[in-house]
Amino acid sequence: MSATRVLVGTRKGAFILTSDEAREEWVVDGPHFPGWEMYHLKGSSLDPQRLYASQSSGWFGQVIHRSDDGGATWETVGNDFTYDGVPGQHQWYDGSLRPWEFTRVWHLEPSVHDLDTVYAGVEDAALFKSTDGARTWTELSGLRQHDTGPQWQPGAGGMCLHTILEHPTDPKRLFVAISAAGAFRTDDGGQTWLPINKGLRSGEIPDEDSEVGHCVHRLDLHPSNPDVLYMQKHWDVMRSTDAGDSWHEVSGNLPSDFGFVVAVHAHEPETVYVVPIESDSHHFPPEGKLRVYRSRTGGEEWEPLTEGLPQENCYVNVLRDAMAVDTHESCGLYVGTTGGQVYASNDSGDSWTAIVRDLPAVLSVEVQTLP
Amino acid sequence: MSEHGTTTTVRVVLPAPLRTMVGLDKELQVAVEGPVTQRSVLDALESRHPALLGTIRGRADQRRRPFIRFFACEEDLSHDDPDAALPTEVVEGREPYLVVGAMAGG
Repeated sequence: MSATRVLVGTRKGAFILTSDEAREEWVVDGPHFPGWEMYHLKGSSLDPQRLYASQSSGWFGQVIHRSDDGGATWETVGNDFTYDGVPGQHQWYDGSLRPWEFTRVWHLEPSVHDLDTVYAGVEDAALFKSTDGARTWTELSGLRQHDTGPQWQPGAGGMCLHTILEHPTDPKRLFVAISAAGAFRTDDGGQTWLPINKGLRSGEIPDEDSEVGHCVHRLDLHPSNPDVLYMQKHWDVMRSTDAGDSWHEVSGNLPSDFGFVVAVHAHEPETVYVVPIESDSHHFPPEGKLRVYRSRTGGEEWEPLTEGLPQENCYVNVLRDAMAVDTHESCGLYVGTTGGQVYASNDSGDSWTAIVRDLPAVLSVEVQTLP
Repeated sequence: MSEHGTTTTVRVVLPAPLRTMVGLDKELQVAVEGPVTQRSVLDALESRHPALLGTIRGRADQRRRPFIRFFACEEDLSHDDPDAALPTEVVEGREPYLVVGAMAGG
């Protein structure tokens, strides 16, 4: 029987939850790195014992750790995220220009093509790559130096590069998303980048069809059909069938199309999940009910999944890196909340249970399906 | 004596999160070659424990991180010239050089 390992990043440390394939009984290990903000932890699909962790602190800055034994022990690795050349300027909240300044690593993405390659998405928005297992980092500066860079601006959480998706078979194709610049694609391994925001309509910016300036919260794809992308934008759930060249809205009957997460079922490329949030000012679920919504039609038609989730007086948020999907035969889903719960489903979302609660606010959730 | 001159052993106290991160006791001893200044102490500390790079000072500009303070002999040295000599008590090992996480968080 295979096993399951859930990596949870919180405001004050990391936790590792383990279970078997049934995913009914869980062991909670942690906190790892107590007191540190753990924006993201993720394991390699090529060697599940290889984990990376991004820890940061207002006092001590950014640190990266790596484990080669599934989180039993950790090694400090490279934290030098120096921008390539002289950083330019981007828009600030008041419309003034402000120099790029590194703040933290939001997201670590171990490559599906090479064990020692890992990408880091950082604030202020840029993409870094390591080919030596996170010991040293090099910026893929063609992204930050894109012609539109001076028009990029921070969202409320900062100007962060938070989503990195690799094409499953073409190592030179990557998708990234930046709040609030939009989505970008490279087809040459990161040397040049194309904004892929056509069809996004954002009422929060002066030109709602602008090439950049969109607050994209999350992207996902299914490896069997990597030209189909799903996006949770600030407002609107979107779908592309041409690798991001164009988008159309699939919010359909959702109670709110604001939210942070979007994820695709492990075995059903047209089955998609989101967690609607009331609004950008409220940041809690509509009607105080935590509902995961599932579409089996690639969006537009959505059904609420509520069994086991709190359906009254629930005012937590689910942040952009806090939903994950495992690859067990009966697909599992995991949702972490700012209230410190991690809810899991071992039946594609039909029913849920809290596998841990009362953690610090959850920033990220990733899951590994172990042999 | 080293080829650069005197080697001085300086006592350094780090904040708990950094001690935990690099697996150190509360107080450690750092061998500093030449003049004992804040810069030379921190250079020696980071050389011996590279995991601390970037956590106390900026990697590129070596500026103190905003929420880090430097104390010695009940004095706040945070705004002093990093190349100024540290107090005699620190040089002679009677007092430690303190790296402190500033009070924050309410």
